[in-house]
Amino acid sequence: MRVLIPSQLQDYTRNESQVEARGGTVGEILDDLDRRFPGIRFRIIDEQDRIRRHLRVFINEEQTHALETPLKPDDRLIILGALSGG
Amino acid sequence: MRKTIRRRTRRSSSLRPGRKAGARSATVAMALLIGSRKGAFILHAGPGRRDWRTVGPHFLGHAVHHIVLDPRDGRTLLCTAHAGHLGPTLFRSTDRGKSWQESKKPPAFAKAPEGETGRSVDHVFWLAPGHASEPGAWYAGTSPQGLFRSEDGGVTWEGVAGFNAHPKRPAWCGDGQQAAPDGATLHSIIVDPRDPKHLYIGLSSGGVFESTDGGRDWAPINRGCRADFIPVPDPEYGHDVHCMRLHPLAPDRLYQQNHCGIYRMDRAESRWVRIGERMPKKIGDIGFPLALHPRDPDTMWVFPMDGSTVWPRVSPGGKPAVYVSHNGGGSWRRQDRGLPVNQGWFTVKRQAMCADRHDPAGVYFGTTGGELWASTNEGEKWNCLVRHLPEIYSVETAVFA
Repeated sequence: MRVLIPSQLQDYTRNESQVEARGGTVGEILDDLDRRFPGIRFRIIDEQDRIRRHLRVFINEEQTHALETPLKPDDRLIILGALSGG
Repeated sequence: MRKTIRRRTRRSSSLRPGRKAGARSATVAMALLIGSRKGAFILHAGPGRRDWRTVGPHFLGHAVHHIVLDPRDGRTLLCTAHAGHLGPTLFRSTDRGKSWQESKKPPAFAKAPEGETGRSVDHVFWLAPGHASEPGAWYAGTSPQGLFRSEDGGVTWEGVAGFNAHPKRPAWCGDGQQAAPDGATLHSIIVDPRDPKHLYIGLSSGGVFESTDGGRDWAPINRGCRADFIPVPDPEYGHDVHCMRLHPLAPDRLYQQNHCGIYRMDRAESRWVRIGERMPKKIGDIGFPLALHPRDPDTMWVFPMDGSTVWPRVSPGGKPAVYVSHNGGGSWRRQDRGLPVNQGWFTVKRQAMCADRHDPAGVYFGTTGGELWASTNEGEKWNCLVRHLPEIYSVETAVFA
């Protein structure tokens, strides 16, 4: 699955704005990203498994707030920095 | 970002025109470590503590609340980092900040049981190396108030459950309304130089707490300290410690700059005494930082700020000055030579004042306006080393091995 990485996190992805990841839910995708780019998950998700307040996660064009949200193989996961967080 | 990071650091030119940056770095050992709202900077000193050279910013855009060198090895730098969008983390360097590695397991609270609301670390606020007999041990204080310990030089961190899960912690820490503007914090982590299991911490708010068993249990020690924002006379906890210090040559004495004045506690009495009452009345004894002399436990510096009316927290009357005491707070003397004589509305945060180990000692403070001021003669005369930095959060001295 294609994942769009915001500028705030591209230090982890070697400056790549799009990466591939595997998983059937939002949480599994983030776990896979963390295996390949260690540390990235904790910058996105807090220790209570909540998406951090100034990051937004979309499945295609729909925002999601839950790691359990299922994904289809042709979905695209988009991570964006919220306007209030800079 | 757990790989080595180099591109985040930019090097500035020397503070003296015409000198090549980096030309003397190999022979310079002393430095000032500056945490700011927009990144970290390292100022390397030339001989005689002149000719300072600024390197940075490291982690541009990240709020860096504290950057500290391990005095036990003279090599390991730890640096907190918190970007507006991202979760908080820590970086470490063993080459004077040339490259950084991210902590593999930054401080984080325990996951709450199903159905309960758990806490999350907003930012790491305070770093303290552990006892000399425990190489690699560090403590970290966070916002909201949490205490964490690393035993591997800052690579991985675990919560100190004796505090973080203490049944009285919610009462001690309050509901968040009594928090500092940037959030409630745990700070002023002090390890007794005689005993690694004897710890002190300061909570804003909450007060001063002590553990004698390595952090398994804690008790408040706030008797005698005012808390004029609580309608209870001499409360057991709930105070607002701004900065607490202990001198290794007098480990049975604590000093603190509090929201309600400057205090001293001699442990034999275990009662805070307001030594700030000896300050001039028109100046008052409200401020954030307190710095100790490297060799004289009776000498300390404070930076008074206006705590009247709506708590402006700037130099009283726009005339910035440091005040020094040479007798444990029995009397105070103004030190303002070299500082602006008027229209100087300085704010100095609790981590932004320190002293070096030279003789005479150097004293340093950073302002929220991005100026770093230094005295190489124990506060008698001040010079501005750097201007135009971001809001300065912390200033620490470092002597690299």
